[in-house]
Amino acid sequence: MFAIYRKEMRSYFINPIGYVYLGVFLVFSALLCCYTTLISSSYDTANYFMFLIISFIILIPILTMRLFAEERKLRTEQLLLTAPVTITGMVLGKYFAALTVFVSGVLISCINLIPLYVIGNAERAGTESSLKHIGPVTGEIVGSVIAVILLGAALIAVGTLISALTENQLSAAVITIGVIAVMVLLNVFNMLTDSDGQPLIGVYAVRAVLDWVSVLSRFSAFSNGIFDFAALLYYASLAFVFLFLTVRVYEKRRWG
Amino acid sequence: MIKIEHLVKNYGSNCAVDDISFEVESGEIVGFLGPNGAGKSTTMNILTGYLSSTSGKASIAGIDILRDPIGAKKLIGYLPEQPPLYLDMTVEEYLKFIFDLKGCRLDRKAHLAEVCETVKIKDVYHKVIRTLSKGYRQRVGIAQALIGKPKVIIFDEPTVGLDPKQIIEIRNLIRGLGKDHTVILSTHILQEVQAVCDRIIIINKGKIVANEKTENISHMVDNNRRFNVKIAGPQKEILAMLKGMTGIAYAEALAERDGDAYTYMIESDFGVDIRKKLFYQLAERNWPLIGMEALGMNLEDIFITVVDKSEEYRTAGNLQNRIKRRTRGQDKSALEREVGASLYEEAQRQRSESSLSAASDEDDE
Repeated sequence: MFAIYRKEMRSYFINPIGYVYLGVFLVFSALLCCYTTLISSSYDTANYFMFLIISFIILIPILTMRLFAEERKLRTEQLLLTAPVTITGMVLGKYFAALTVFVSGVLISCINLIPLYVIGNAERAGTESSLKHIGPVTGEIVGSVIAVILLGAALIAVGTLISALTENQLSAAVITIGVIAVMVLLNVFNMLTDSDGQPLIGVYAVRAVLDWVSVLSRFSAFSNGIFDFAALLYYASLAFVFLFLTVRVYEKRRWG
Repeated sequence: MIKIEHLVKNYGSNCAVDDISFEVESGEIVGFLGPNGAGKSTTMNILTGYLSSTSGKASIAGIDILRDPIGAKKLIGYLPEQPPLYLDMTVEEYLKFIFDLKGCRLDRKAHLAEVCETVKIKDVYHKVIRTLSKGYRQRVGIAQALIGKPKVIIFDEPTVGLDPKQIIEIRNLIRGLGKDHTVILSTHILQEVQAVCDRIIIINKGKIVANEKTENISHMVDNNRRFNVKIAGPQKEILAMLKGMTGIAYAEALAERDGDAYTYMIESDFGVDIRKKLFYQLAERNWPLIGMEALGMNLEDIFITVVDKSEEYRTAGNLQNRIKRRTRGQDKSALEREVGASLYEEAQRQRSESSLSAASDEDDE
């Protein structure tokens, strides 16, 4: 498993793909941070994280598309499957490699938030009153980062499964974009209203279900400053289910 | 070392491997011979744990591949039909990865150097695999199989797509491996197994047709029974004579003519060398024998020969039931026929056009 993990990590950075991912992600998150906080002169990071999650629709498929599709195309999966490694070990090795690149991206992007603290400190120094909190809320940011990482872990598991199902990187990427977009944006339908301000989807039950399934709506608690363990458990179980399915796909193929 | 018992593999309703059983002793080189689609690769894939069998048992050194896949896989080095190479890695990175993947406990540097020495890839050790030629890629594939000193090495068509010199090198390499390893290789080339293997297992349509020492099969093949003979003289009478001659099982005239000489294909009875007898008989009748050419045996013929040994096929009555053979000069290929037909049509069209225009020219005058 560690051999496969190391190999995947290396191949992210032998190929341009690791650099492309990190580059695009960091530039995008930096711009996003500028627009949502600095330019709109706000210490509220909720929008920043919200848009960051929406950007995963495009970014995560870049990480996951080649994991298995490439191996199948080059027939190198035969090597992995005839080596003394379990299928679970193989899937986890690849998954954790993608996860490592993703997490390091998210952690590096935290430097975007430093200017907020700098400005917050300056502003606090200029005011007399110490009753009001000025500057970003560290607890909220830490909670959001943890949630973003777990949410990403779930989405990467989705991408891993889709990559295992196809032989073509491009179709893996396109399908993953589609699936992740649906998972993330499902609750957008709930926000649509007609001209009277009434929700477009009238039935409450439907809205509730959409909200329950949507990955993004579960994140809203974090943007309100609540550390929601149920949401974290939801993300972790999503990751587990999709990784389990990936292992099953390979088991099934052996017996096919 | 390797034991396969009643192995069956179905793909849906399609049976790829049908109740195969055989054993391979330690230190043996066994050749798996069969036409494409005979079930060679499937058997090997089951043996290496890539596929699961529908039923039956495969074990390596007593370890069942299904019950303890990790333990069994540790004993195997496998080179699939298409060498599983990561094109963006260098040879060094690739072999180090394989070393880690197999969880070897040997001294890494010394072992990799030894493997590279064996397959002679030292000069490309730091190159990216994408830039290597087919021959080198194949050797890197073999190096991959050798890492970790597995007891059993399995090669699936190791010489496909190589040039003759490389083929000889790889064969020598495989023969050298037989000293310390048990080797199974598959191929559809007869000469290859003859050159390399101790034992040949012939497999066709998922069943084992023969499982013999190489000498026995080679003997069978050397005992060539089919010839193209070119004889000057009246075709009908000669054919009648050939057909009537004792020791000849089959004769036919081929559509090949050289002056007054015609070519015939004959097949002798099993275990009879007909050549001398044929020469004297023809000399007696004053029909000069101009040429005689032994027809090489292809795989199909080997099957027939092997199957011939069984009693039911030895009777001449079954001759007609055999697979129709390809003989020289007969039957144009479909492509030739197609091209010929289109050329003919084109000529016809041009001819009719030119006659038409000639007619209209006359009208103008």
